[in-house]
Amino acid sequence: MPDIKPVISIKNVEKSYYGNKVLKGVSLDVMPGEIHALCGENGAGKSTLMNILFGMPVIHMTGGFEGIIEMDGQEVHILNPRQAMEHGIGMVHQEFMLIPGFTIAENIKLNREPLRPNLLGRLFGEKLMSLDTLTMKSDARTALNRLGLDVDENLPVDGLPVGYMQFVEIAREIDKKNIRLLVFDEPTAVLTESEAEKLLDAMKRLAAGGVGILFITHRLDEVMQAADKITILRDGTQIKTLNKADTTAKEIATLMVGREVEMRQKERAEQEEAPEGGREIAMSIRNLRVDMPGERVLGIDLDLYKGEILGLGGLAGQGKIGVANGIMGTYPTSGEIIVGGQELKLNSPKSSIAAGIAFVSEDRRGVGLVPDTSIELNMTIPAMVNQGRFLRHIGPLSQIARQEIRENAEKYIQELDIRCTGPRQAVRRLSGGNQQKVCIARALVLAPDILLISEPTRGIDIGAKSLVLDTVDRLNREQGLTVLMTSSELAELRLICDRIAIVTDGKVIDILPPDAPDADFGLAMSGVPVGTQSGGAAD
Amino acid sequence: MSNVKTILKNIGAARLIIILFLFSLIIAAAGVGQSMSVLASDSLVRFGMNLVLTLAMVPAVMSGTGMNFGLPVGILCGILGGLTSIELGGTGMGGLVLAIAVALPISAVAGYLYGRLLNMVKGSEMMIGTYVGYSMVSIMCIGWLLMPFKNPSMVWPIAGRGLRTTISMDSSFGSVLDKLWAFQIGGLTVPTGLILFSLFMCLLVYLFTKSKTGIAMAASGDNPRFAEASGISVNRSRIIGTMLSTMLAAVGIVVYAQSFGFMQLYQAPLNMAFAPVAAALLGGASTSKIKISHVIIGTILFQSLLTIALPVANVLMPEGNLSEVIRLIVSNGIILFALTQAGGGRE
Repeated sequence: MPDIKPVISIKNVEKSYYGNKVLKGVSLDVMPGEIHALCGENGAGKSTLMNILFGMPVIHMTGGFEGIIEMDGQEVHILNPRQAMEHGIGMVHQEFMLIPGFTIAENIKLNREPLRPNLLGRLFGEKLMSLDTLTMKSDARTALNRLGLDVDENLPVDGLPVGYMQFVEIAREIDKKNIRLLVFDEPTAVLTESEAEKLLDAMKRLAAGGVGILFITHRLDEVMQAADKITILRDGTQIKTLNKADTTAKEIATLMVGREVEMRQKERAEQEEAPEGGREIAMSIRNLRVDMPGERVLGIDLDLYKGEILGLGGLAGQGKIGVANGIMGTYPTSGEIIVGGQELKLNSPKSSIAAGIAFVSEDRRGVGLVPDTSIELNMTIPAMVNQGRFLRHIGPLSQIARQEIRENAEKYIQELDIRCTGPRQAVRRLSGGNQQKVCIARALVLAPDILLISEPTRGIDIGAKSLVLDTVDRLNREQGLTVLMTSSELAELRLICDRIAIVTDGKVIDILPPDAPDADFGLAMSGVPVGTQSGGAAD
Repeated sequence: MSNVKTILKNIGAARLIIILFLFSLIIAAAGVGQSMSVLASDSLVRFGMNLVLTLAMVPAVMSGTGMNFGLPVGILCGILGGLTSIELGGTGMGGLVLAIAVALPISAVAGYLYGRLLNMVKGSEMMIGTYVGYSMVSIMCIGWLLMPFKNPSMVWPIAGRGLRTTISMDSSFGSVLDKLWAFQIGGLTVPTGLILFSLFMCLLVYLFTKSKTGIAMAASGDNPRFAEASGISVNRSRIIGTMLSTMLAAVGIVVYAQSFGFMQLYQAPLNMAFAPVAAALLGGASTSKIKISHVIIGTILFQSLLTIALPVANVLMPEGNLSEVIRLIVSNGIILFALTQAGGGRE
């Protein structure tokens, strides 16, 4: 087919943020009418690639990128999202960018409304012309019909089912007359199964009309169902581009997760000997539901054994982050949690702390720290408030015990190697890694039985990463601290955890040993437990 | 050089401007032949009498409700305490103590209710607070007429009932703090008791901020989500902060009135929140961060400015009402300038 040129051709694109290379030479072509799936874990470089494609400011503010992007054989320079639109690139966002109070038709035609001249318009130009509502509606109708969506275009977007909003987004993109390439960024993440089915149908229909489609997803069944070609990214490297016909879900899963680096896995010979039934349960979770926006937990049963490190893995938005927040009571929670034989009062951080649970939040700046306050106070506030420590009492009155607070801070600064000018420095001024260490110190000051630690290495450099992980590992080993560690980075879970539970769609899909094959993790993340996939995807 | 820069940065552009303005006013005052010692004495008195009112901003800002524009709520409670003390014949130090003793429980209750209200309107506390203050002042305008006070020095002489708009405190506890341990150096009078009492209140508030409750309150103001996750009840902290602020306002107005020599009723408390807010902001506080030092520096700057600007304006514009107009422009101008600094100089 020498005549057909790819809609878009990305050639050897590289990108680094502040010296940290996030894309290491990615090349891919999308032909007209092709559905090209882009797979990879969180942080594999998918969104960076999309940002480049759309000329997002974040790319150009950080020094641009290397490599060439061609459309129809012509090199293009996309410097801002507007130019991307002019080149006919459309994007269906993960979060809905719709105005709730406007009707479907108004949302679809927003800022591209057909105009009708009127008196003011004639005098003052286009900005004051009337909207041609009839054309708007019929255009919207056409776009909706192309998607096979039977809904009244006069309805307001507010109150529509989530799936419909997604379709309105797509309709807005395909209504743009010059649309050549449509990017779907995890479009099925918020949809029900039947809605997702419908969406895939709509995608196929659009592709049949000659539009090229780039489909970002981690649901391998959808990839197998809809895609023609599959490109797999891992840590910014293009692992492979495959034809769907030549591959299996299992192969993709392995390629997505696999690490070339050999992992130093934890030795757990002595723990293997303990009979599974005889181990003491530190915390037992039954039917836990947590209403945390973006990370909903929809009924999880989990037992945390005393003295183990249990990992919670899974992709972003699937609910793993919600679990620790639910146990801690920072988001509305229901279900049953038993800690040390006692039922835990839910939705009450105070009772959780009283039950011997300490929490290092994934949201370091938002929840983890009091930014303008000193390191020493950040470490000790919960202990003061909940346990009455670090205080001198004078009758009913109290004063903070400065000496004790200072000594405590100095101890942890040394132990965790916190780089700072002194215990009185405001934590706002610390680097991410050092802030994280302050958060860990704060949790440890509470002398917990169970440590919940979420995304402990997010946004911190490699050196600090290993120190944080080593600290958790050492506390577990030396003091028998029970740890529930939530992380998006499977590699670090496999490094120090005894067991790893994979959370997908708000439920625990599978609990795997850290040395389980890559494919098992990959499949669990896409919602398929190991027990059920044997045979099916393997052949 | 870099040292000078850091010092200047620490002082902040806003404070620098005000300090320069203050200096130019002092020079102008000297130029028009004003007595420096009189101006200095007046500045000291005004500093002392306003300090506690400004201090009332501390618990409010620390607990995260922003500047307490609802200060009149506390002020009304303080006035009520003062009136009760006068009614019961309290004089001298005893009268002052009685006034504060009556004002505190009333302001505690009022502050609690006001705090409950502020918890319902998170995010717009300052605007709601302003209108709460206005409403309470208006309600109390009726209250002052109806309350069963009988003391002839307070009620309208002809009707025999209803409180007067200004009530002289000469016969009760006017100037008790100002005169306590007061001494003179040259022409300068130092109201020792007044300043010591106000600074002592600052010390109490400082000690509170370093107590368990105070630390919990500061944490909820600085980062409510951190506080909740640490087992601190943010709502409770905010109520405590609002109560304390209201109680300090009550004490503050009693101190203010004894120094001023009059209890001012009816519309007088209406705009009394603005000067303390402006003083705190000038001192370097923002709507989310405040220190005792901000309060002290801000009160000195703001009150000295007002004290010195008035006689200068009088001399420059002797024609009738014009000096009064200038005074209003200056004081409101400073308040306006201070309010633009509410973000703490952040951009």
